[in-house]
Amino acid sequence: MADKDKFTIVVFSGDLDHALVAFMLAVTGASMAMEVSMFFTFWGLNIIRKNEGGIKSKGLKRKMLNFINRGGTKRLKLSKFNMLGLGTWMMKQMMKDIDMPSVDELIKMAHESGVKLIACTTSMEMMGLDKDSFRSEVDSVAGAAYFLNEASKSKVSLFI
Amino acid sequence: MKADHSLDCVGLYCPMPIVKTAEKIKELKPGEVLEILSDDKGIKEDMPAWCETTGHEFLGLEEEGEIRVYVKKTHD
Repeated sequence: MADKDKFTIVVFSGDLDHALVAFMLAVTGASMAMEVSMFFTFWGLNIIRKNEGGIKSKGLKRKMLNFINRGGTKRLKLSKFNMLGLGTWMMKQMMKDIDMPSVDELIKMAHESGVKLIACTTSMEMMGLDKDSFRSEVDSVAGAAYFLNEASKSKVSLFI
Repeated sequence: MKADHSLDCVGLYCPMPIVKTAEKIKELKPGEVLEILSDDKGIKEDMPAWCETTGHEFLGLEEEGEIRVYVKKTHD
């Protein structure tokens, strides 16, 4: 086949349901021989943050933000019907019932199938996060111009 | 329909049958046929679409309770 089709996704949301959709599409794209890049910005960065580790950000405002906004796949919530965690817990059980992969598993699958995970540098700076805040599957950090350049060469580009 | 290889995706839902098919097809030689067994109704639309994008040949499907989909590998 000729050059691979490109597929770019901006992941803005840090909600569990949005993350699932984004990663399912990314993994499917990779299975369809597409070159997939995911750009994580704003709350989307929470999805690729490490589950463990303390708050290392500098300055009071950023420490406060990261205290209430820890990030990590284990802390993702549904965008609707979270109900103090009960709704999210139930949804996770329902996913298990039908052997649906978790966000954690999807991130690993995406990485193994060649999906590029890229963190947005400006959001990182504003929120006081560095590359060490993210899990090992994250490939690189980049800015808006890099995304737009990739998106302009893509057949499919989504904002989630 | 006769197949050279078989893949059991019963109990798996979108996009897992497609992801597994993409992995499995790597093991086949061009010209060989893969049979995919699934109970996810979405596969009836998904597999022809996957074939169109990847260039492999969709040979058809049989439905008796479970769905059997046949794909011929056309290239490496």
